[in-house]
Amino acid sequence: MRKFIIKRLLISVVILFFVAFIIYVLMRCLPTSYLETVARAKSQQPGSKSFEEWMQQLSATYGMDKGIIPGFFAWCGRALRGDFGDSWKWTVPVIDKFKESVWISFIMGGIAFILELLIAIPLGVVAATKQYSKTDYLVTVFALAGISLPTFFFASLLKLVFAVKLRWFDLGGLIGRHYEYLDATGKLLDRANHLVLPIVTLVVISVGSLMRYTRTNMLEVLNADYIRTARAKGLSERRVIYHHAFRNTLIPLVTIIGGSLPGLFSGALITETLFSIPGIGYTSYQSMVSGDIPFSMFYMVFLAVLTLLGNLISDILYAVVDPRVRIS
Amino acid sequence: MGADNAMKNTDTKAREEFSLNDDRRVKTLSPGALVTKRFLRNRVAVTGLIILAFMFIFSFIGGMVTPYREDQLFYRTEYQNKQYAGVTENTELRYSSEGKFPSLAQAQFVLAQIKHQDTFTVKDVEYRIEQEGEELYAIYEGDELVAIATYSIVSSSTGTDKVPFHLQHEILKAISEGKDGFTYEDDNYELDEDGTVFKDGEEIAYASRYIVQPIMGDVFLTRSFKDELVTAIEAGEKSFHFTDEDGTEADYTISYDAATKSWSVLQSVETRIFDKYSAPSKEHLLGTDRNGMDMLTRLMYGGRVSLYIGFIVVIIETGLGVLLGGVSGYFGGWIDNLIMRIVDIFYCIPSMPIIIILGAAMDALHVDPQIRMIYLMLILGFLGWPGIARMVRGQILSLREQEFMTAAEATGIRASRRIFRHLIPNVIPQLIVISTMSLGSTILTEATLSFLGLGVKFPFASWGNIINDVNDTYVLTNYWFIWIPAGVCLLLTVLAFNLVGDGLRDAFDPKMKR
Repeated sequence: MRKFIIKRLLISVVILFFVAFIIYVLMRCLPTSYLETVARAKSQQPGSKSFEEWMQQLSATYGMDKGIIPGFFAWCGRALRGDFGDSWKWTVPVIDKFKESVWISFIMGGIAFILELLIAIPLGVVAATKQYSKTDYLVTVFALAGISLPTFFFASLLKLVFAVKLRWFDLGGLIGRHYEYLDATGKLLDRANHLVLPIVTLVVISVGSLMRYTRTNMLEVLNADYIRTARAKGLSERRVIYHHAFRNTLIPLVTIIGGSLPGLFSGALITETLFSIPGIGYTSYQSMVSGDIPFSMFYMVFLAVLTLLGNLISDILYAVVDPRVRIS
Repeated sequence: MGADNAMKNTDTKAREEFSLNDDRRVKTLSPGALVTKRFLRNRVAVTGLIILAFMFIFSFIGGMVTPYREDQLFYRTEYQNKQYAGVTENTELRYSSEGKFPSLAQAQFVLAQIKHQDTFTVKDVEYRIEQEGEELYAIYEGDELVAIATYSIVSSSTGTDKVPFHLQHEILKAISEGKDGFTYEDDNYELDEDGTVFKDGEEIAYASRYIVQPIMGDVFLTRSFKDELVTAIEAGEKSFHFTDEDGTEADYTISYDAATKSWSVLQSVETRIFDKYSAPSKEHLLGTDRNGMDMLTRLMYGGRVSLYIGFIVVIIETGLGVLLGGVSGYFGGWIDNLIMRIVDIFYCIPSMPIIIILGAAMDALHVDPQIRMIYLMLILGFLGWPGIARMVRGQILSLREQEFMTAAEATGIRASRRIFRHLIPNVIPQLIVISTMSLGSTILTEATLSFLGLGVKFPFASWGNIINDVNDTYVLTNYWFIWIPAGVCLLLTVLAFNLVGDGLRDAFDPKMKR
């Protein structure tokens, strides 16, 4: 087991290195960047240096004057020490901005994830046990509709109904207009209120795949021989489903849930942007659009780390949960 | 006869019952027919297929049938009040001279006039004032007339050249004396009671206490317009109607501003503006968008773009995936290892951020919308293949070990032929399912990008960039017909692709009867 984990970790590091390299090359090859914008703005001030001179100075300041390969190794060296440079757009160290924005994303993602589990697993199990019934079709169509729903369209609909027509929530943002005048509980409630629509969006958009996954696995288990045996023993249907079948369905579920835990930190890029929630997703969207290389670089490498971590966790969990799996 | 026939029938029946001919045994169906049959039995999947068929007809044939073009603009006419002219009544003396009357002298003249003096001196020059009419003063330097001071102003009717100074004097003098004509430099001039001056029956100038000036530089106000305007002002009217020589009619509104003691004249003109955000009507079944284009037509062309992009991207990613997955699964060893590590790397590259960054870069470079669309397809296709490659490899790994492959190998055919003729066809069912599903997700990705303004750009329509308008809260609140239809189209299409993919999976895989 330990050997397996170490091997996987080493492979992950190699993969991460290449991913970071590709991202770095891509970022450096971009024909335009925040620096040029800044240089252009500065060179247009009266009595200023020319655009080229500003560009040179800024490139030197931000370490962009090196070649791509030395630049990448310099970046790696600093990144290993936890120094990802200063964000150009936010003018603070990247790590600071990250720490500031990641928690709201995590809370949002976490609540949405728990709700997803609470909705998806029971519905998936019910759909599987009543295969080809009306419930099953309803659940299938609902799940597929959730998967097919464009995030931005659904978010707009929610905004129209609940923010514009019913006026229950604000259109966007994390805090209301009177936030500063509220007491501690009020502030908390205000934030919670602003998170309702984004969380609903997240849940509806992503609940479908988990629901279908549960249903597929449950069906697979229900067709297994040991379920037939359990039924043949004369066990009650309840016991067959919830004791024998459901427990076995949990094996793939636990692995996939474990695998998606790191993803909670990645933020919801589109949803946060739509609702202007200042989480990591929206922050990095703004950084990316304005060509902030240090922040975008950090965010993408961070996402890659999360993906690798997710795969690793689900592989390990698979072995832990299911003793039949032997790791070679 | 009948009995004979019946006899024959039972005879054949009896014979059929005991025969073991091929057609008497199980009715055989080809695998394809079986799949079709199973697919058609799935009602949800068939619904998806019908929706897809409708969307294809809507986008591809609809675009041909619609009477409008994709980027045809529509206009509507609207009455707008434009600032047209300003009128001030002259309440103080105005001087006109041939340039020999400095402003210092004007001040001295005012002083002298208040003190009822006949002369005043400026810089050792003595001026003499002669009141020639009620509101007309002539100022002489010696015997030479140097200036006139008056409340009325003489303007040329032809608009451009100024009326000669001495002629002005004659006109004003004639008006204040109430004459209906005068002679100046051997020419005869006539005057009417409005202060209009005619020379040989032709209008050349007029005198008036009102100064009418056009607001816009390119407008020349005709004499008749000015007359009409002044009459209206003197009568205290608030608006009047005027038809000019060309026969153009317009309504004018007059408003008086007490602070500046002036009237401003607004002309209400018919203006052609883009017919934007007009509500659904018979002409435009879904109204018009923010550029004044027909929404329904845009929706059809948008569907075309979305489907095109979906198909091309899926073709690219399937091609790459099958090629690399097939090679990797068939050869195994270090090739497999290498390709799978590349797949791992691609799996880890966060695609959405990359596409957003590239989109923003293309924005900054002002890439042509058409070329941009091609780039978008290439990028999406290039980022999407690893999943397919992984699936193909997995399938081929298990197929490779089966007997038919040993047989194929024994016949000694080329490796490429073994892969692409014998292995890949066995992967096609899964490939079709995965491609159908990824068609849906590609369309979603493209729509999301276009919604963010980083995908398909104006003038091309796409369902995503049609909904983009909703970023304007006013549109979100008031113009449902702009964004709801596009969203519904998008939802239905993606849903239909997923339903069909799901149905195909069930149909192809009878063992997993889910």
